[in-house]
Amino acid sequence: MNDSKINLLEAPFELSYKYKRSSGPVMSKFFEGLSQKKIFGTKSKAQKVFAPAAEYDPDTREALTEIVEVGPGGTIESWSWVNSPRSHHLLKTPFAFALIKLDGADTAMLHMVSDCDESDLSIGKKVLPVWSENPTEAITDINYFILES
Amino acid sequence: MKKVAVVGYAQHKILPNAGALNEVELIMPVVHKVFNDLGISQDDIGFTCSGSCDYLQGAAFAFVEGLSAIQTSPPIKESHVEMDAAWALYESMLKIKMGDADTALIYGFGKSSPGNLDSIISLQMDPYYISPLWPDRVSLAALQAQILLQQKIITHDEMMATVIEARNNAANNPNALLTDHVSEDLYQADSLISSPLRGFDCPPISDGASAMVIASEDKAFEFTDNPIWIEGIDHSIESSNLGSRDLATSPTIQNAITNLNLKNINFDVAELHTQFSHEVPFLRKLLNLTNVPTNLSGGPLVGNVMMCAGLDAIGKTFQSLVSDQSDHGIAHASSGPCLQHNMVVHLERHK
Repeated sequence: MNDSKINLLEAPFELSYKYKRSSGPVMSKFFEGLSQKKIFGTKSKAQKVFAPAAEYDPDTREALTEIVEVGPGGTIESWSWVNSPRSHHLLKTPFAFALIKLDGADTAMLHMVSDCDESDLSIGKKVLPVWSENPTEAITDINYFILES
Repeated sequence: MKKVAVVGYAQHKILPNAGALNEVELIMPVVHKVFNDLGISQDDIGFTCSGSCDYLQGAAFAFVEGLSAIQTSPPIKESHVEMDAAWALYESMLKIKMGDADTALIYGFGKSSPGNLDSIISLQMDPYYISPLWPDRVSLAALQAQILLQQKIITHDEMMATVIEARNNAANNPNALLTDHVSEDLYQADSLISSPLRGFDCPPISDGASAMVIASEDKAFEFTDNPIWIEGIDHSIESSNLGSRDLATSPTIQNAITNLNLKNINFDVAELHTQFSHEVPFLRKLLNLTNVPTNLSGGPLVGNVMMCAGLDAIGKTFQSLVSDQSDHGIAHASSGPCLQHNMVVHLERHK
C-alpha cells in the first residue's frame, strides 16, 4: 500500500479552559479589594472575622455576607522557611510560607514573608504587605509580606 | 448490618522510580497475589473499588486504565475514589453493610516519580486563596510542625527519634523503599527543606500499588481461617480554609476517638499514615498510643505510595494481627494538608 495516497483526516487539538469563571459574591469583593490595596474579611453572627473573606463558617455552616476591612498588617501564626526555593515557587530568593492573622481577623491567611532572614522570624512577629503594582484581582496582588520595622 | 472483615492484603515492593512499568503492571501482581493467597478469582468478588489520583498520571479519567489489571468480563460492579484507597475500602465496606455485595476487592496505586509531586499537590488546594501561591506539601506540613514545636506538644528529639525508628523498623518490611539506618549525627547534618523539616523528616518519592479483599461475616470464613474484623471505622474532614483550623490539635481524630469509643481499648499495634516525622508523636499522643508499638512497618517515612499509603496502614495492621495472633489494632489514613482529613480504623481478631 502506498501511504502517501491515504487521505488522512486532521483536527487541531488544543488543551484549553473555554469557560468564564466567576469567583462569586464574597470572594470577588475580596479580590476587588486586593486590587485597591485593601484586605476584606467576612464577619459571622458571632462576630468572628474570617480573612481572607470566607463564604461560610466551617463550624456553624452560616453563610457569611457581612464584609469588613482588616489589616493590612498582621501577625505571624506559623511559618516555614524555604532556603532553596523550588522551580514552582513564586519567589526565587529564600522566603517563608506563613500563616498570617491580619489585624482585626480571627483566622489566618496563607501567604509568603520575604526580605528577611530566617533568624528574624518567630510566631507573633508583626508583618505588612508589599503590594503588586500590576494587580490582577488575585491573591498574588500581595507580592509577599515583610516584617514591620 | 453485617460485620465486615479484612481477609487478604498484598503490597507491591515500593520503588523509587518504576520507570516504564505502568500502573496496570504495578496493580496486576498485587491483585493476583491476594487472589492466589485466598484461592479465589475475580468471579468471587461482588464489588471492586480503587483509589488513585488522576493528577499524578496527568490525564482526566486516567484511573479507568487501572481496570485493565483485573478481569472485567463478565461485567463487574466497580467504583473509584479520587482519594487514598483507604476510602475505597470505606466505600466497599458500606456496599457490604448495605447488602449490595458480600465481598470486595480494593486496590490503590500511584506513581509519584514521573512528575513534580510538590507542584502537583499545590494544584489540589483551594484554587482561589492557596494554589496560586504554590505552597508545596513539605512547607504546608512544616507550618503544622512549627506550631506543634512552639506549643511544646512535640519536640525536635521526638521527630529525630521517629526518623531513626522508622528506618530501623523498615528491616521488618520487605517492601520498604528506605532501609538504611540514620544516626543522630546524620540526621542533625541533614539540611532543612522547609524549616523545621529536614529531608529525613519527609517521605520518599514512591511508586507502587496494593490490593485488599474484604468480606461479610457470611463469606469471610470461606476465604480464610483468620479474618480480621473491622470493629470500627470513622472518618471526617476539616475545613479547606487552612487558616481557620487549629493546627495544634485534630478535631477529626477526636471525633473518631469518641465515635469509635477507643478510650478503653488496649491496642497491640498501630499503623499511622504519617507522612512527616512530626505527625507521629502528635498522633500517638492524641490517640493515646505512646506505649503502643507504632509503624512497625516503618510507615510512610520509608515508603509512601500516594493514594495507597493509607490502605497500606490498614493492610499492615491486618498483617500484624494475623502474624502475631494479637487482638486489637488501630490504623489511620489521612488526606489533605496538615492532616486535614483523617480516618481511624479499629481492627480486631476474634478469639
